[in-house]
Amino acid sequence: MRDSVAADADEPASPMLASWQLSGLTVLAVLGLWWLVTWAAVIPPLYLPGPRAVFGKLVEVSREGYMDATLWQHCEASFLRVFLALLLALATAIPLGLALGLNRMLRALVDPLIEFYRPIPPLAYLPLIVIWFGIGETSKIFLIYLAIFAPIVLATTAGVMAVDPIRIRVAQSLGATRLQLVRFVILPSALPTIMTGIRIALGAGWSTLVAAELIAATRGLGFMIQSASQFLVTDLVVAGILVVALVALLFEIVLRRLQQRFSPWLGRMS
Amino acid sequence: MTALALRRISSTHASRSGSPTPVLDGFSLDVRAGELTVLIGPSGCGKTTLLNHIAGFTRPDAGSIEIDGRSITGPGADRGVIFQQDALLPWMTVVENVEFGLRLRGAPAADRARIARSTLELVDLVGFERHPVWELSGGMKQRVSLARALAADPQMLLMDEPFGALDALTREQMQTLLLKVWRSTGKQIVLVTHDIEEAVFLASDLVMLTARPARVASRMALDFGQRYAAGESARRIKSDATFIDKREQVLSWLFEQGERGDA
Repeated sequence: MRDSVAADADEPASPMLASWQLSGLTVLAVLGLWWLVTWAAVIPPLYLPGPRAVFGKLVEVSREGYMDATLWQHCEASFLRVFLALLLALATAIPLGLALGLNRMLRALVDPLIEFYRPIPPLAYLPLIVIWFGIGETSKIFLIYLAIFAPIVLATTAGVMAVDPIRIRVAQSLGATRLQLVRFVILPSALPTIMTGIRIALGAGWSTLVAAELIAATRGLGFMIQSASQFLVTDLVVAGILVVALVALLFEIVLRRLQQRFSPWLGRMS
Repeated sequence: MTALALRRISSTHASRSGSPTPVLDGFSLDVRAGELTVLIGPSGCGKTTLLNHIAGFTRPDAGSIEIDGRSITGPGADRGVIFQQDALLPWMTVVENVEFGLRLRGAPAADRARIARSTLELVDLVGFERHPVWELSGGMKQRVSLARALAADPQMLLMDEPFGALDALTREQMQTLLLKVWRSTGKQIVLVTHDIEEAVFLASDLVMLTARPARVASRMALDFGQRYAAGESARRIKSDATFIDKREQVLSWLFEQGERGDA
């Protein structure tokens, strides 16, 4: 319940089970099913390795490494790429979204550009990016950046446009200048929506990771998964997927906590 | 002395379908400084449009609005506004909201604290300084809104149905609070309301408007607010024969207006 930001804040607590307990139940059920079908050998290990094989592989890779890098080094490489892309996106997407939310003409001018590239799968423009930026870190980070950029721009624009006009009028009548309006009223009002945009964007960023690490990578979780799949090391593929999911979940939890902390009134204001 | 002068104001509403309808057509009104002016009239007659013009949020198509001879070109800190909806900033505490106007003009922290303290005393919110505003009840939120407007020390307060969303008890508490604030600060107040009892009780200067395009149909000088300030209880004033008489007078006038508007 603590993590939920939505309107269920005022609901009476369920006498049966808390939300996190129910979520935990789902995870346990899936793990159990996984163990059951692999234990009964319904599916051969090449297609779906069992939990023991996967966790064993995880331990092995974290100790001895895979392709000259330990699991931690793969994690670190991917984490750094996503994090740099996120920083870059925050620094560019929020100011742009703010400008678009404030200016109808600019919005009309820029909208087709964003809507043009947003639905294209990253794998489709990957070759172009390699031709333009080469096979170094720049291309990898840029690909993830593109995936993160659009949701944050859209969320910021929407958040700015949704600011209660009454709030703006009251602030103007207290003598606020245009700059003060942005700084003290518009940006803080839009912050919860921007945070939601960042959550969606990070999901998109992680899902672009494998595509990004197709580009001559020697390290990274995406690279590890691809390489393992080429050698049919299925247990490592599954292990890699689990690690990516866990890292993404960790990001999500941190962001939800931040959102709850910065906007505890969400869903409770009239 | 005239503090607020509206001269031949014309204004139209751009409706989605069809031609723009005139809301105000050559509307004029003079208000003396220090009055508690209440604008009342049939629904949709242009009271809120008028208030928005005075606040400077919207500009009339023609005519001028002057305060002490200065004409109004946009919103400014000389006119504090209070809406039905509180419009407080939820990421700020009560005291931060109250200090907001002072902070915008760069007042030193010590001054802000001193002014906020005395304003919160005036609206009976001492002890709630550090509360997040989203935890407050509707009536308390409106007290904070009032304090926030007052702390910026405007020349006049513009209030658009400020107590419209409150329950009967809280509403009467807010009415008496407003009278107290009016008496102790001497601020000019222009208030729009749908509630006739509220209008008659609060107004020192009651302005009744016709259906659109609005004109001043009638105007009354009233003293029920002064009687409250002199110590009479609100319940006693509102059940007094002279009060009921005035209230019925305004009510039957409003019904006439409504019938004329429908025809």
